[in-house]
Amino acid sequence: MFDDDIAAISTPPGEGGIAIIRLSGSEVIEKANRVFKPRRLGVDLTQKEGYSLTLGWIVDGEEFIDETLVSIMRAPRSYTGEDVVEINCHGGTLPARRCLETVLKTGVRIAEPGEFTRRAFLNGRLDASQAEAVIEIIRAKTDKGLSLALKQLSGKNSNHFHELEDSLISINAMVEASLDFPDEVGEPDYGEVKSMFASIIGKIDQILAAGKRAEIYREGISIAICGKPNVGKSSLLNALLKKDKAIVTNIPGTTRDIVEDFINVRGIPVRLMDTAGIRATEDVVERIGVERSHEVIQSADLVIFLLDIETGITEEDLAVYESIENRHVIVLVNKEDLEEKRISEAQLEDLFKEVKVIRGSVKEDIGLEELEASIENMVLSGEVQADDMEIMLNMRQKQALLKARKHIEDALFALEDVPLDCLGVDIWGALESLGEITGKNLKEEVLDRIFHDFCIGK
Amino acid sequence: MIYKAGSYDVIVIGAGHAGCEAALAAARMGCKTLMVTMSMESIALMPCNPSIGGPGKAQVVREIDALGGEMGINVDKASVQMRIINTGKGPAVQALRAQADKDEYHKEMLKTLLDERNLDILVAEVEEIETSDSRVTGVITKTGAWFACKAVIITSGTYLKGRIIIGDLAFDGGPGNQFPSIKLSDSLQKLGLKMGRFKTGTPPRINKKSVDFSKMIEQPGDERSLRFSFVSPRMERPQLSCWLTHSTGITHQIVRDNLDRAPMFSGVIKGKGPRYCPSFEDKVVRFADKDSHQLFVEPEGRATDEMYIQGLNTSLPEDVQVQILKSVPGLENVRIMRTGYAIEYDYVVSSQLKLTLETIQVEGLFTAGQINGTSGYEEAAAQGLIAGINAALKVQEKEPLILKRSEAYIGVLIDDLVTKELDEPYRLLTSRAEYRLLLRQDNADLRLTETGYKIGLVNEERWHTYQEKLHILENERTTLKRTTFTPADKNIAEFLASKNSAVLRDRISLWEMLRRPELKIEDFVRLGLISDNDLDILEQLEIQTKYEGYISKQKEQVQRFEKMESRHIPDDINYDDVYGLSNEALQKLKQFRPHSIGQASRIAGVNLADINVLLIFFEKQRRK
Ligand SMILES: Nc1nc2c(ncn2[C@@H]2O[C@H](COP(=O)(O)OP(=O)(O)OP(=O)(O)O)[C@@H](O)[C@H]2O)c(=O)[nH]1
Ligand SMILES: [Mg+2]
Repeated sequence: MFDDDIAAISTPPGEGGIAIIRLSGSEVIEKANRVFKPRRLGVDLTQKEGYSLTLGWIVDGEEFIDETLVSIMRAPRSYTGEDVVEINCHGGTLPARRCLETVLKTGVRIAEPGEFTRRAFLNGRLDASQAEAVIEIIRAKTDKGLSLALKQLSGKNSNHFHELEDSLISINAMVEASLDFPDEVGEPDYGEVKSMFASIIGKIDQILAAGKRAEIYREGISIAICGKPNVGKSSLLNALLKKDKAIVTNIPGTTRDIVEDFINVRGIPVRLMDTAGIRATEDVVERIGVERSHEVIQSADLVIFLLDIETGITEEDLAVYESIENRHVIVLVNKEDLEEKRISEAQLEDLFKEVKVIRGSVKEDIGLEELEASIENMVLSGEVQADDMEIMLNMRQKQALLKARKHIEDALFALEDVPLDCLGVDIWGALESLGEITGKNLKEEVLDRIFHDFCIGK
Repeated sequence: MIYKAGSYDVIVIGAGHAGCEAALAAARMGCKTLMVTMSMESIALMPCNPSIGGPGKAQVVREIDALGGEMGINVDKASVQMRIINTGKGPAVQALRAQADKDEYHKEMLKTLLDERNLDILVAEVEEIETSDSRVTGVITKTGAWFACKAVIITSGTYLKGRIIIGDLAFDGGPGNQFPSIKLSDSLQKLGLKMGRFKTGTPPRINKKSVDFSKMIEQPGDERSLRFSFVSPRMERPQLSCWLTHSTGITHQIVRDNLDRAPMFSGVIKGKGPRYCPSFEDKVVRFADKDSHQLFVEPEGRATDEMYIQGLNTSLPEDVQVQILKSVPGLENVRIMRTGYAIEYDYVVSSQLKLTLETIQVEGLFTAGQINGTSGYEEAAAQGLIAGINAALKVQEKEPLILKRSEAYIGVLIDDLVTKELDEPYRLLTSRAEYRLLLRQDNADLRLTETGYKIGLVNEERWHTYQEKLHILENERTTLKRTTFTPADKNIAEFLASKNSAVLRDRISLWEMLRRPELKIEDFVRLGLISDNDLDILEQLEIQTKYEGYISKQKEQVQRFEKMESRHIPDDINYDDVYGLSNEALQKLKQFRPHSIGQASRIAGVNLADINVLLIFFEKQRRK
């Protein structure tokens, strides 16, 4: 509440441009450093002085999220008077959100409305005469946040949350009644508890998936087409766009720069990027193009990796694949229309375990439909319209749901090994996390439920 | 004719469980104390069930004990049965419960009170609290005795305007056939205190000689010798059993046939009763699909034939009570010894209290126990102790004692009382404690003995014993962590196999090994690996090892919680000066006058923005 580590996107949401994620607190530099991969090797954010800028990537494990410029301000010379990190994301809103989520994984929590301003004031960074203005800001932000959240929770979507809330209350009531009224209420049936946990996790996942879907449909995704020269990347871009946007020739190294355009794949807005074929080259222009290819590929949400059936899988292909292995990839084996087939099924299976492989021909329009289906499938995590839930989740709600889910998972994991009171810690934790979304004191509701469901009384 | 009868530091009105603790605490802390009771018989009376302890409550009794209070010691002297409840459900909710001999309980407490040098007992009825400038100056009795004093603690239970209801019969009365206290409530109202009205009830008592126990299930006590107080001697004493029977379809039909005569439903009873203790008629109506309810028949003491029927509290007319009883297996030929009744009473709306249990309106006036809208002997005793301590500290011009939610159930109880609006009598539940895993009955002494010592209620002898316990615990912990085993240790391998416990892969300490749920500390004592310490020590070590992960999780939560609690709000804050509070928050803050930012955040109607507004206000004040 007072000096723990907080973060939020501090630029107003909008299309394109630069979005800034601001972090404040005593450990934010160290935590930001954990998810930061500097452009120049050996650079360490924790060693940087105040008011310094560092170029690099925000990474989630192996995954590159966005290229960023990170500025560090050290207490007390910062906006809030605490250590502050500002991450300038290049890629616009969506990557900024991903960066924020990555940062939150280090134990930084999402800031309350107006919290940066409040800290600034409490730490003496704002003049006493500004107190009333600060209060106005905090009130306005809180009220706005509240009315938005309430709007999202009302109407069509409300029953999904209510159902979730209801099952959490009911499992809490079951456990607490057994602990507090042992004369009247027996031990809960562990089989039932287990299946309730599973169904709660299922429900949370469903809501999260629906939220993600809504986000994808609204914000869209970026797809990079990559591969060695002459595999047919530009041809694929043109085919998907249904227009001749990129130059196609049979000379390897035709595309030298990123060619991009927007299409709609089954309702999902997609930013499609054709890249220069990747190979070692002496040509200065081509080399710059290859470098750019690498950058684009690393920040794309999805990579389509093209192979040429006629050339077979070469050293060049393997080198390209190595650089994209840890990203979301769909492999398209192109030019199936040709006689000469130098790629065998066995080879593909061996190389691309658990990776979607499509065989087709851009020229003959074979496999493109399958490609679109796979794209949709992949970005929606396979849950394409499994239900008709439409939920927009803001970052706070999403985080709260993830927290609740983690608690239930922990409880499920420990179910057989720990007594009921310990389980209670996580079951209650899950309910509390959900309370952050609905803004209700669910503890009282648990009591109401106990007295409603169980006949208690001496 | 009013005459000057004497002068005391502290006067306690009422001699129930709250009054006894309050009077003893104040007297033991060196205050000249007077305890006023309406009769000697009602001292430490247990007018409802004959049991003490159970989930949430056992922890409180242990806390009272660790702080130097009397309840634990007294029930140890007077118990007829002890059991541990919730044994399989984890250390936090395991709870000791005693069946007490009501008469012995009263007598033992009386002995202790009479032994107290600084304490006088007076049989009288206080009718007026005298104040000057909103400060307590004395009390006046019905018969005109005027006593000057510096602090008053009212612990009058359900006596304030008590009204007994049995069927269509209703009369003024206190619990257990005592007189009610009529004028005191008016006096409090005159002082500006807002009063509310609650209801509670008690079942009929029956004659043991008329019960056929062969039709009931016996519930004996635990074999081992158990005790509430950390300092009571471990004693083996003969135990009395409780008996389990149940209501039948016929019972429920009788209730339904007579609902028109039930004051609960006819509108005669207006006060709100507790949901956790509904009347039997309420249960039959609300859970119409249940064709049977459990009934426990419990002895009220060794020397009496009276037995209490837990589960059957009722205010139906006496003739219906008899019919109901006779429809229960084992009670076919029952004879009633005492009729069940409902009682309505005035209580002080507890949002008018500070965390010290002093009223906001009147300096030096404290209230404790059922008068504050709580139920239960244990809850009452806990408040009495805290009020007694704080009255004494106030008289001695010392810092008050406030227990946090993170350190004691007593803290949870009082914080709830002063930050919530009660709509039913308040009872402690383990689920009300957010740091339940830390507030266990086994570690109450570790949590609170030092506090008790500092305020002077824990004597040197007890302090010494406690220090010794700490020392042993520390040594044993070190040993457990230092003693290690490897997969090559044959004896251990055999032992693990015999317990179906996984074989060792690496070197592992005894401390880590004890985490395994299937291994018990006694096993290691038997193997000679852990010294055969007192049971309390072994239990403590086992809990500390087995639940280390969850315990440290809760400790982290506590750290966050305490940051908010430690931001105090000055007593003299004028909320009208605070710019930017919502109307609701303004009104609630004025009403509850929270002690800290943390407490303010728990008041319904005060939201995050309001908390921010307060923080900014304080910062602005500071810079002035
Ligand atoms: N037979 C056949 N030829 C294809 C197919 N797809 C593309 N081609 C041909 O492959 C050649 C290279 O196509 P591009 O689309 O320019 O290849 P690229 O991968 O963009 O090449 P660079 O830009 O040089 O890296 C062209 O002559 C295309 O006509 C296909 O499915 N079948
Ligand atoms: Mg090209």
